[in-house]
Amino acid sequence: MNKKKVFVQGNEACVEAALYAGVDFFAGYPITPSTEIAEQLAYRLPKKGGKFIQMEDEISSMCAIIGASLTGLKSMTATSGPGFTLKQEAIGFAIMAEVPCVIVNVQRGGLSTGLPTSVQQGDVMQARWGTHGDHSIIALTASNHQDLFAMTIEAFNLAETYRTPVILLFDAVIGHMRESLIIPEPGELPLVERLKTSVDEKTNYHPYLPREDGRLPMSDFGGVHRYNVTGLMHDMWGFPSTDPRVAYILMHHLYEKIEGHVNEICRMKEFYLEDANCILISYGASARSALHVVQSRRARGERLGLLELQTLWPFPAEAVRQKCERAMYVIVVEMNLGQIMRVVKRAIDDPNKLFLANRIDGELITPQDIKNMLRMIYGKGV
Amino acid sequence: MKKHRIIFSGSGGQGVITASVILAEAAALYEGLEAVQVQAYGPEARGGATRGDVIISDTDIYFPMVIQPEALVSLTQTAYDKFLGNIQPGGLLLTDSHFVTLNKKVDAYQTALSMYKTVMDKIGKPIVFNICMLGAITGLTHFVKPESIIKALETRFPAEIMDINKKALEIGLELAEGHGIS
Repeated sequence: MNKKKVFVQGNEACVEAALYAGVDFFAGYPITPSTEIAEQLAYRLPKKGGKFIQMEDEISSMCAIIGASLTGLKSMTATSGPGFTLKQEAIGFAIMAEVPCVIVNVQRGGLSTGLPTSVQQGDVMQARWGTHGDHSIIALTASNHQDLFAMTIEAFNLAETYRTPVILLFDAVIGHMRESLIIPEPGELPLVERLKTSVDEKTNYHPYLPREDGRLPMSDFGGVHRYNVTGLMHDMWGFPSTDPRVAYILMHHLYEKIEGHVNEICRMKEFYLEDANCILISYGASARSALHVVQSRRARGERLGLLELQTLWPFPAEAVRQKCERAMYVIVVEMNLGQIMRVVKRAIDDPNKLFLANRIDGELITPQDIKNMLRMIYGKGV
Repeated sequence: MKKHRIIFSGSGGQGVITASVILAEAAALYEGLEAVQVQAYGPEARGGATRGDVIISDTDIYFPMVIQPEALVSLTQTAYDKFLGNIQPGGLLLTDSHFVTLNKKVDAYQTALSMYKTVMDKIGKPIVFNICMLGAITGLTHFVKPESIIKALETRFPAEIMDINKKALEIGLELAEGHGIS
């Protein structure tokens, strides 16, 4: 079969994947370095009967996709750090109200408006804890366009499966980089469609009554069933409740539906881990530099390995612990002040063997930066 | 085949990033090679320093930036001053004699061609200057075939402006004849 090969930016690969996954609705407020996602969907969504709305800001964009999703549409928005901050309150609402949706954050440099055209990976913790209150979240990432395509599909699938917002945490390098992408044939990658209620229109529908398997079938809002949606603690009808038992059960349900499925949700890639005495842990654009180092050092016989995280949240702590068990050194390679490094530190048995190779000046971390860290660890100096 | 690394540098609006995209696309889609293109620019739409990096290889490419280019294109004096020192020893520099004065010594073949003036004399439209430069660098380096560049141009530009783009490419290839590393 002659598959379609294209040479595109990461942002365009994300658009191709969203369309493949069946996105129906996009609302957003363009921001560098995510703008191409809005630009391309503005052109392509209406052609397939979908809706594109440029909203007045990021807050309303997030609210719009929540509303659209409740009516039964696969919905997404795209932004960067400053916009991601604005979306946090509504992301919390989507978690509480259990509304499937996909939020892309193409990370740029710095806090605040920072370095608009440069790269960092500083939103890892914002993705985890950006919205208030105890909660769980799913956040995925990728280091090349083929994986970015697959993870975008995965984001839509996980959003539908667990009725929850899913964050796609890309970065400026991957978003703007161009490389080849082979677009899979329709049907080649599995898609998860909206689980709709089998309750007929004459029967009461309970929007927050889980089935035996824990999943909650939905009914298109504005359709045949009347129900309430709120950010307050709520009962199975969706009506507010201050009953401590209701709050307790809901808190655990929202947390456990994700944290209790870490093994099903988490994706990672392993390179030469079997005999590695030094393991690099990385993700996104940083993982490209890490893999560069691993491949070139393996050619010299050094026992270096790479664990590339594709799911950042929920964090696969037990898997990381096991894989790092026999390594003498573990080096986290990322472009921030150690956000994933600190999570790894809590996960592994011996935190003293953990090091951070990072870069925070808006430049992509280079293989040389990582090699310098290796020299330091091996006592060779730089 | 070894990895070929090239940096296109200049000012926003000169089309250096577009040129880098077309070269990478030609390699990836029409020569069956691996190619990666990245870019760096400031927040402004025109002016400011811009840069497009391309790596072409027959094996996987991980780190996507170019640190030491085998070929460097600099279309402004600022870009020339900034990037000349990064060039690989024995590498190749391409500049335009209208925009850049070669005033530094470096271990590289410094090639100044009169691309801008020739484009203005023969076509009269500065918009295809970058395609002429792409023709010249293709002629100088042979990283991809000119036919692959033409195929990439055809998917990008409508038929009515393909003629001047093709002509600009040919001018660049002609100017490059007799120069180059191989």
